[in-house]
Amino acid sequence: MTDPSAGPPTVHETPLAARHEALGARMIEFAGWRMPVQYTSIMDEHRAVRERVGLFDLSHMGELWVEGVEAAAALSAALVSDPAHLAVGRAQYSMICAPDGGVIDDLIVYRLADDRFMVVANAGNATAVSDALAERLVGTGAVLDDHSLATGLVSVQGPRSVDVLRSLTDVDLDGLRYYAVADGEVAGIAAQVARTGYTGEDGFEVFVDWTRTGDLWDALAERVAAVDGRPVGLGARDTLRLEAGMPLYGNELDRDTTPYDAGLGRVVKLDKPGPFVGRAALEKVAADGPTRRLVGLVVEGRGIARHGHPVHAGERRTGIVTSGTHSPSLGRPIAMAYVAPADAEPGTVLDVEIRDARVPARVVPLPFYRRST
Amino acid sequence: MTVPTDLRYTPDHEWVRLDGDEVTVGITQYAADQLGDIVFVELPDVGRSLERGKPFGVVESVKAVSDLFAPVPGAVTAVNEALASGPELVNSDPYGEGWMIRLSVADGAELDDLLDASAYDAIVAAG
Repeated sequence: MTDPSAGPPTVHETPLAARHEALGARMIEFAGWRMPVQYTSIMDEHRAVRERVGLFDLSHMGELWVEGVEAAAALSAALVSDPAHLAVGRAQYSMICAPDGGVIDDLIVYRLADDRFMVVANAGNATAVSDALAERLVGTGAVLDDHSLATGLVSVQGPRSVDVLRSLTDVDLDGLRYYAVADGEVAGIAAQVARTGYTGEDGFEVFVDWTRTGDLWDALAERVAAVDGRPVGLGARDTLRLEAGMPLYGNELDRDTTPYDAGLGRVVKLDKPGPFVGRAALEKVAADGPTRRLVGLVVEGRGIARHGHPVHAGERRTGIVTSGTHSPSLGRPIAMAYVAPADAEPGTVLDVEIRDARVPARVVPLPFYRRST
Repeated sequence: MTVPTDLRYTPDHEWVRLDGDEVTVGITQYAADQLGDIVFVELPDVGRSLERGKPFGVVESVKAVSDLFAPVPGAVTAVNEALASGPELVNSDPYGEGWMIRLSVADGAELDDLLDASAYDAIVAAG
């Protein structure tokens, strides 16, 4: 039985959906959004980003603005990092945790002004983060304004990304350091330009008004094409972030995972003053050590160890694969997995269970790929 | 999309080429395109007997993994060794260099159940 009054769930479209289709992209539903998974091929798009430049539509991401004279203090109490110590024009990787220390989402926090922050959340978690932040800001002087459906986001990633952006913007790109953000114009459109990304390459994320996203994309696409770059879909976005050892919420991170499990304890600022949500639980994990650790695996052969495949140490089951792919840069299968701390040392040889076969896999330090410059 | 008219097909997007009492089996261009960049093809040992409709191998792309099903019963007489080091041949030439296995088929009548090009084309067109 189906409820005739219940229509299909709303699937959002970014302002660029028609452009993706005109480019021949294969579209999929991802986190409630219709998004391009690939335009030409994942390998081709991946290599374009590693060698030249790629253009990404990230307008599905959530942009949550937190404003007011108490914004810094309120965010410091809501998140595990310390936004109060973030300089204006700088960004930090952060997480919002539940009281038990489980990760609600991983975030990037940009300080746009003394009393104004932009918190960027994953598309699939934007509502959960917005709700949690709203609740945590009650009684503070800070207010939350959800700009997610008013903000378009286009990212340019790769060694040529500076060349692509330079002639289009008044922002001083040479002065814009990694994890910095500046107000300016791109192609005549008011924008926040951030030197951040999710690929392991140099790159920029450009936030504009939703209605100007198409104009921004068109201007950038022309420059990207001029240096033989490519539009890049979610497929290569995943292989790029995996090579760079970056976690994906839903794979490496979830409500049952603490930042320490994921090897991201450095994000948690236990030495910051005052309470924050999750502090007691996270102090205990920090003191006792996590019960499992995220590791990189290089898998023998050509078969891919994928999300959910078991990992064994001899006859003992030690953990589970969280993400796996064929690494275009290494030319072989790679994976990330949670394993028992005793099995997490680089050099350890474990077995991954791939379709009933046990395939040897060696623990390696993350990331799998680091850019040369 | 046009599919070669000299081949037979299965609804699982495999093609079959009749060659005397042997058949050659691969996956269609449509299947290869849907999978995207193919990075691994797992094939059976020569000599193994295959039952119709049962999995005999795996084709894996960056994005997804998919079983290969025996389109007809028979014994494996050859596998395409070139795919071990060059699985991308399935993307670039699915009906030629990207072939997967050869089977000896005892009863040629089994082929009558396979689709012709126009019937397969209709399946692809219907999405």
